Amino acid sequence: MKIQCIARPTLVLLGMMAVMVMSAQPVSAAKVKEFDRSGQLIVTEKSASDLQPQPVYDIKNRPKEKTFAVPRPPFTEGAFPCSQCHKYMKPNEKRRTLTEYHTEIVLHHAEGERWCTDCHNLVNRDKLRLVSGELVDFTESYRLCGQCHGDKFRDWKVGVHGKRTGDWNGDKQYLLCVHCHNPHDPKFKALKPLPPPERPGKGQH
Amino acid sequence: MSDTKKCDDHVLHKSRRKMLKGMAAGIGLIAMPGRDASASIWEEFFQKNFRELSKDELKAVIARLEKDYSKQYAKQITVKTTPPIEGVRYGYGLDLSRCIGCRRCVYACVKENNQSRSPQIHWIRVMQLNKEKGIDLSHAEHYYNPATVPEKGHFYMPVQCQQCEKPPCTKVCPVQATWKEQDGIVVVDYNWCIGCRYCMAACPYGARHFNWAKPSVPANDINPNTHYLGNRPRPKGVVEKCTFCIQRTREQPGRYPACEEICPVGARKFGNLLDPESEIRYLIENKRVFIFKEELNTQPKFYYFYAT
Repeated sequence: MKIQCIARPTLVLLGMMAVMVMSAQPVSAAKVKEFDRSGQLIVTEKSASDLQPQPVYDIKNRPKEKTFAVPRPPFTEGAFPCSQCHKYMKPNEKRRTLTEYHTEIVLHHAEGERWCTDCHNLVNRDKLRLVSGELVDFTESYRLCGQCHGDKFRDWKVGVHGKRTGDWNGDKQYLLCVHCHNPHDPKFKALKPLPPPERPGKGQH
Repeated sequence: MSDTKKCDDHVLHKSRRKMLKGMAAGIGLIAMPGRDASASIWEEFFQKNFRELSKDELKAVIARLEKDYSKQYAKQITVKTTPPIEGVRYGYGLDLSRCIGCRRCVYACVKENNQSRSPQIHWIRVMQLNKEKGIDLSHAEHYYNPATVPEKGHFYMPVQCQQCEKPPCTKVCPVQATWKEQDGIVVVDYNWCIGCRYCMAACPYGARHFNWAKPSVPANDINPNTHYLGNRPRPKGVVEKCTFCIQRTREQPGRYPACEEICPVGARKFGNLLDPESEIRYLIENKRVFIFKEELNTQPKFYYFYAT
C-alpha cells in the first residue's frame, strides 16, 4: 500500500513526460502564430514539411568560427613578432605603469577593468588570448573584439559594420577592427574635412 | 486694269513664298556645321538617340568618341557600353550613425567620374544637420568647414542621385535623353540632351548638375576608363548625375563605386537588391532604414540606415 502511494505520483510524472516527449515529435500539421508589423496576430496552418525541427545549440561542439582573409594587422614598425624581445623577459602579470617599453600606449578602453594580459597571452606573446583560454593569431583578432562587441562582430561578418573594398559581386576585402580602431584607444579619431563646395556665382559678381 | 492687278498680286504672292523658302533654307544652312567642320561634327549632328542605335551604328559612335577624347586628352580613353547584368538591381546603403562628413566621397567621385573642376561640379553633397532637429532640411548646411569633423551636436547626410524606381526627372525630359535602365540606374545620353534643365527642376534631391561651361578636367587627372552613359567627357550644356559608377559596377566582377571604396568609416554599402545574401539586403532587413523624402513616392534605391 505504501509503495503504491509513492509509485502513483511517479507514474503520473512519467506519464506526463511521455506526453511531452510525444508532443515534441513532429506532427502532421500545426498552427503557427506570428505577429505582423502592425502587431496583428496571424495564425497560419503549416504542414509538416514546412515545420522544421528546432536546431539544438551544442555549446561543447560549436562550429569553428569562419576565418576571413584580412590584410596584415597594423603593427608598430619592428614590433612583431613580440617574442623577439619577450623571450628574454620574465612574464610579469602585475598591473603597473610601463616605464621602459610601450610607453606610447595609453590604454583608453575600459582601462579600469583591463590590463595587457587580458587580451595578450602571457606566455606566448605572439598570440592573443580569448576569455575561453583559446589562443588566436593577430590576424584573427576580430574574434577577440567580438567577445564583447558581439553586435558589431555580427554586422562586420556580413559586411555591414566596417569597410569592404574590392568587387561587389566578386572578391571582397575585409579590414580588421584594428585597422580603423586603435585597440588601446578605439574611438574613431576626428578628421579634417575636404574643402566645401564653391558657392554659386563665385568670382562673377 | 483689274487683270494687271491680279497679275501683280500673283507675282507678289509667288515671290513672297519664294523669299520665305529661301530664308528657311538660308537659316538652315547657317545652323549647319560649316564647310571647314570635320566629319565627326557632321556625324555627331546626325547621331541617333543611344537606345535607337543599331549595333554597327553604336560601334561607329564609340570609335568616333574614343578618337575624339583620346585626341583631346592626349591619352588612350576607352568608352564602354556595357549593358545591365541580368538579375541585378543596384541598391545603396548609407549608415548615418557612422558618417562623419569628411567629404572624401565627394572628391573621390569627382576624380572617378571626370566631373568638371572649373566650373565646379560635385555629384555628392554632404549636409550637416543638427542632432536636435533631426532630418530637417531647413537646418541643413553644406558649406560647413571646421578644422575637424564630426562637430559636436551634428550629424552628416550625404546626398547624391537616389536612383528612384519612379524617377520624376526622366518623366519630364522632352526628348527622352534620360531614362532608367534595367538595373535601376538612371542615365543620361549626353549627345541627345538638349540642356533644357527640366530634369533638374523635377529632381527633389538636387542630384542633377548642369555644365554651364565646357567642363575642364586636367589631362593627367582624367579617368580613361569610361562608360557612354556615365563618366565619359561631357560637352557644354548638358546635364549629368551619379550613375552608381556604371563604368565599375556593371562589370563582372565589378568594383564597388568610388565613394564606397574611399569612405574611411565604412558608412557606405552597395550591392544587388535581388541577392538575398548581399549586405544591402541584410541592412534593409535588419537595420532601421529610411528613404529620403518618402512622401514624394519617388521610391529611391538609396537607403539611409542606422547600424546602431
